[in-house]
Amino acid sequence: MTQFETVTVETDLLICGGGMAACGAAVEASYWAKQHGLKVTLVDKAAMDRSGAVAMGLSAINQYVDLNSGNNTLKDYCDYVRNDLMGITREDLVANIARHVDSTVHMFEKWGLPIWKDKEGNYVHEGRWQLMINGESYKIIVAEAAKNALKEANGEYFERVFITHPLVEGNKCVGAVGFSVRENKFYVFKAKATLVAMGGAVHVFKPRSTGEGFGRSWYPPFNSGASAFFTIYGGAEMTCQEVRFIPVRFKDAYGPVGAWFLLFKSIATNAHGGNYMKENADELAKWDPYGHVKPAPANIRNWLMMLDVMDGKGPIYMQTADAIKKISEEAPDEKAAAKKLKELEAEAWEDFLDMTISQAILWASSNTEPEKKPSEIMACEPYFIGSHSGASGAWVSGPEDLQNGDTKEEYFWGYPNMTTVGGMFAAGDASGASSHKFSSGSFTEGRISAKGAISYIVDHSEAPQVDAAKVEALKADVFKPMETFEQFKGETTDPDVNPNYIRPKQFMYRLQKIMDEYSAGVSTQFKTNDMLLAKGLELMTFLKEDAGNLAAENSNELMRCWEDVHRMYQAEAHMRSILFREETRWPGYYFRADKPNIDNDNWLAFCNTVYHSNTGEWEMKKRPVKYLTV
Amino acid sequence: MPSFVIPDKCDGCKALDKTACQYICPNDLMVLDKEIMKAYNRDPTMCWECYSCVKICPNQAIEVRGYADFVPMGAKVTAMRSSEDIMWTLQFRDKEIRPKRFKFPIRRGVAEGQAQPFDHWPTGDSDLKSPTLMCEPAGLNTDKGPVKIDHVLTL
Repeated sequence: MTQFETVTVETDLLICGGGMAACGAAVEASYWAKQHGLKVTLVDKAAMDRSGAVAMGLSAINQYVDLNSGNNTLKDYCDYVRNDLMGITREDLVANIARHVDSTVHMFEKWGLPIWKDKEGNYVHEGRWQLMINGESYKIIVAEAAKNALKEANGEYFERVFITHPLVEGNKCVGAVGFSVRENKFYVFKAKATLVAMGGAVHVFKPRSTGEGFGRSWYPPFNSGASAFFTIYGGAEMTCQEVRFIPVRFKDAYGPVGAWFLLFKSIATNAHGGNYMKENADELAKWDPYGHVKPAPANIRNWLMMLDVMDGKGPIYMQTADAIKKISEEAPDEKAAAKKLKELEAEAWEDFLDMTISQAILWASSNTEPEKKPSEIMACEPYFIGSHSGASGAWVSGPEDLQNGDTKEEYFWGYPNMTTVGGMFAAGDASGASSHKFSSGSFTEGRISAKGAISYIVDHSEAPQVDAAKVEALKADVFKPMETFEQFKGETTDPDVNPNYIRPKQFMYRLQKIMDEYSAGVSTQFKTNDMLLAKGLELMTFLKEDAGNLAAENSNELMRCWEDVHRMYQAEAHMRSILFREETRWPGYYFRADKPNIDNDNWLAFCNTVYHSNTGEWEMKKRPVKYLTV
Repeated sequence: MPSFVIPDKCDGCKALDKTACQYICPNDLMVLDKEIMKAYNRDPTMCWECYSCVKICPNQAIEVRGYADFVPMGAKVTAMRSSEDIMWTLQFRDKEIRPKRFKFPIRRGVAEGQAQPFDHWPTGDSDLKSPTLMCEPAGLNTDKGPVKIDHVLTL
């Protein structure tokens, strides 16, 4: 058995993660840490240049409120988010991000991100809140600024170190532990405050792909529930664990549809050319007051499409050729039309090449020229992504100055974006009930959290007290899958089939099968009920027990083992929250067949949960939704 | 196989202190077979086809073959990334369709490595309890917008 050296790193602020929120945190924290003589340390499981959800690039910035244009207000953004999430949102958190996000975008431009501009020098909007960018190097540019900020403030960053567990003493987070996937090292980070920004969760549910395309999830497969586990296991109150996100995207390769719907004004139809948004409009009243808001909530758009799919009216098509034809027909003459067509063609392909190259491969391999024929769209599998149109994450304090007398007692406890565990902050996909922050808003929320965390450290300057015995026990746990493999590998001739252990890939399949069949996955067309969930939870009990028998041959597989454990906690929080909320509120995300209607009298409320790691119990809590703008 | 390595082109990054593809893969998939000094993707089913390895490879030794379980064979999408732009070439399955080439900028006005994180605008106050973030309120404005924001807004 390989020996793993223990490396202890002491710091003031520990940032767990290296994606957009973590980079925002690194920049802002470094700025304030420099003034207060504090140290900032960032830990990334991958290489910051290409880590997190923006690794491949993006073709748009989806949150730009454009406050100084005078066209939009903070209330407008709150209205948009609240309606999209069927009323379940923390307006204090949404407004806090919205009031800062424009300065983030302006900084991105100063760092070299090419944002499209028109002839007058104004940003080109994709939609009301979205800006078009040449975003192939979006993450590289943002990571560069974050690394430069850390360097200027004498901070440091670690790459290829995978965080497994939080360190919590009493109700205070004092750091984290993890291991290197490159060297035989176990890391103990001791910190006065810890900021969680390790992304959302993919591969909790069985994907539609069956073979090699298993990794072609819409959200990246390396976002594996680390934030959710860290906060859940650390004892933080969680919110909106039932609010998964199911994007509708180009079928199979999951290429983006935003540019087609918003920029090219395309419509989607069923196989017979019927526009399901119009033909199924009678359904909308059932989901009022949200059924009739504009724009229609993402889950409602999904739902109207799913009704056609369930009625056997597929394939569902994005009518790309019609949209392009319409735009080029608006040109004054033939020459201008040809030029416009060429422009549109480049824009359409860049949309994929910047963020979902697989879709370009699929179009090229199926001889798809978008100006000539339509392309299929489809609902993906469910994901946990609190930064998009999902909402799952930790329950965090809002800012004091945005509360009113009624909200303050519920939503404010000292420091912006601090969880209910002292010194543990959360941003991006790690914080809940503040949807529609996307890349720019996640970066912004990282900034907000970082300033809050620095303020916390200045107020709580005592050195973190870490129990050495607990750390040793954690170290033994972390490496146990490797011990298990070494101990039993000789007992069969095939290391994959061994009655003494389970390898992480099979473990992930088992988790995904439970979630798919019992917790409203693809194979049940996103439907479940109380009895299916109860049965699923029974199977989860076996799975949790078997997690103790995970086996890893090397450090890469060890990471896969812990990714599975992280996903498993996200999965259980999700099942319990769907079960707790006795209604169907987001029909296009999941449908509780035993409670098929929205129940605003009883369930216009947050479903929160606290996991007690000492007893293994999940405590469910209903928290009031209190608005600031309505 | 999503990303794959062409053996004749891969030299195991002999000249570098670590292999570029192994350094960059967000999902820790690229590994170097030290016996033959060639890299490979150890788990194609966990590959996102993000092209990070393709773009960083100093020898253009890595390409992507679309997921075999749903992508018809024969097309090819290649990327050539420089410090300022990226050139894409798309070859269709049907060779009668003319290949497409696109060149897009990847950064503007700031040389690689030079993104200066701080102080593009003054920061309004130094109070850790205030809602003012670095570069605010001045950085909330553009030259274009008619509304000049002089404090962090509340509802």
